[in-house]
Amino acid sequence: MATQVLEVRELGRRFGGLQAVADLSFCVTRGVVKAVIGPNGAGKTTLFNLVSGFARPDTGSVCFLGEDVRGLPAHELARRGMARTFQQIQLVPGMSVLENVLTGRHRHTRAGFLPSLLRLPRTVREGRAAREHCRETLAFLGLADYAEAEAVSLAYGLQRLVELARALACEPQLLLLDEPAAGLNMRETEEMAGTIRRINATGLTVLLVEHDMGLVMNISHEILVLGAGRRVAEGTPHEIQGNPDVIRIYLGEDDDQGP
Amino acid sequence: MAGGGRGLGFTAGLAVAVVTIQVAASSAHKVFYLTQLTMSAYAMLIVLGLALLMGYAGQASMGQAGFFAIGGYTAAFLTTFDLAPHRGSVVVSLLGRMHLLLTRADGSGGSITHVHPWAAALFAIVLAAAIAWLVAGPVFRLRGHYLAMATLGFGIIVHRIFLGSSLFGAADGISDVPALALLPGFAITGRAASRVSNYYAAWGVVLLTLWMLSNLIDSRIGRALRAIHGSENAAAAVGIPIARFKTQVFVLAASLAAVAGVLLTHFNGGIGPSDASVMKSVRFVAIVAVGGMANLRGALAMGTVLTFLSLRGYFGTFDDLVFGGILLAMMLFAPEGIVGGQLWQRLKSANPLKVR
Repeated sequence: MATQVLEVRELGRRFGGLQAVADLSFCVTRGVVKAVIGPNGAGKTTLFNLVSGFARPDTGSVCFLGEDVRGLPAHELARRGMARTFQQIQLVPGMSVLENVLTGRHRHTRAGFLPSLLRLPRTVREGRAAREHCRETLAFLGLADYAEAEAVSLAYGLQRLVELARALACEPQLLLLDEPAAGLNMRETEEMAGTIRRINATGLTVLLVEHDMGLVMNISHEILVLGAGRRVAEGTPHEIQGNPDVIRIYLGEDDDQGP
Repeated sequence: MAGGGRGLGFTAGLAVAVVTIQVAASSAHKVFYLTQLTMSAYAMLIVLGLALLMGYAGQASMGQAGFFAIGGYTAAFLTTFDLAPHRGSVVVSLLGRMHLLLTRADGSGGSITHVHPWAAALFAIVLAAAIAWLVAGPVFRLRGHYLAMATLGFGIIVHRIFLGSSLFGAADGISDVPALALLPGFAITGRAASRVSNYYAAWGVVLLTLWMLSNLIDSRIGRALRAIHGSENAAAAVGIPIARFKTQVFVLAASLAAVAGVLLTHFNGGIGPSDASVMKSVRFVAIVAVGGMANLRGALAMGTVLTFLSLRGYFGTFDDLVFGGILLAMMLFAPEGIVGGQLWQRLKSANPLKVR
């Protein structure tokens, strides 16, 4: 197994006159929690979209599990083991928590149209196993009591957890979390930190984008700081906290004159 | 959603209703009602397929009558076109060697040799599925609701082709379509003597279809379709190939319409170009909209009632107006459109037929 789960090289993407991400290179090592931080408009979400196939890069390459995946569609990356959550929660209305999480089992189940139409014994068994797996995932995140509730009717903090459960149900090699603490109160944010740590403890590699400095410093092994789509700094939380360039961009100096 | 247990409950209830209606109609000496109920049943195959497409995959098709007509016309043509003069050709002799040809007496004392009805039926359904796949492929590479426009154009073209070509009987359509033998002594045919058995056969097919589609909705594929409808981002993020699944469900809906076309053509003994008209397609969309998006049972119940009343002529000259009006009313009360999620939600909470 490659020790680098993700290798990004010289990645670039322009939207009209705005260079959202420029000449960006970094790696994510197996087993770590890595955070991407930066001021608003630094290109964090664009970076996530480029890596996970929701947007196409103009330049550069993305290597996932040792394979070049640049330009592949999002569902293909998910199929290969990259799961993600969204800043704007993306749950399916009209579906229960359990059903939403069951969609995460897609890449681990096989039944096509015909076996599903005919409810073959094999299909029923596969569905039952998927349900059991998802109930375990829900229990792991403390959502067991909400399994039958409609997902979009839950409190915001719980909806974030349901999205996380769905991503975990994918049993990914890499988990991308886009602002997992956005919209959460302090207590919920602390719980989220504990949850991410528990997820990481199972051996899952996590790459996250986050605004909440407390959360980032608390759970990350490595931090990548972006400013105006470029790398400003990269290192351990301790190194980042003392980095003068990072302090400068966070105090709001004009990005054009930045490093 | 349609869980196994509750699905069976509804299916059993529907089966009881089917039997009750037959017994009541027979004992009241009004067996002729069963003819329109049989025709309604076949129309419900189109409605069920479209309800799956609209309610669960979030795509509206304005061309279901086109697929119905492709199924019906193909079956009609292949079982009425005399191949005897073409015996020498490679295709015909090959069909003969595979025992796929049938010779029967025609109306005027002679005999005609044509493709076996079952082979014709199979070919008709596969042809409709293939055409659906060709239509959908390019459309689903785009995000959004382009299918309605593409299928509207497709429906108009199909209608014009059948109306304009003498090979398909032009404005008269094709008649003298033979029965489709199902079992020894039993065939899909409109003969008065087999009215009751045909009624049961048609509703048997509907129940089977309902059962299969309920299975599908409650499966991995159904959840994928609902995820695509609810949030394409969510679907993509768990590895669901959106374009492929939309295409497959569209092909499934088109195949069901073609099955309906084949069976109804054998039942009626023919098919005409009015069956392919765009207004017929609009009708199916209206039925699904009023029956409740993402609600196969609601669509089936509303569809059966409306189609039966229409076939019995209760709407008179206002027939098209009734279905157009239903669609307009849906639009007015759901301005974001008939495939919008809000209407779906509103219908779910407002629809008294929804089995909870």
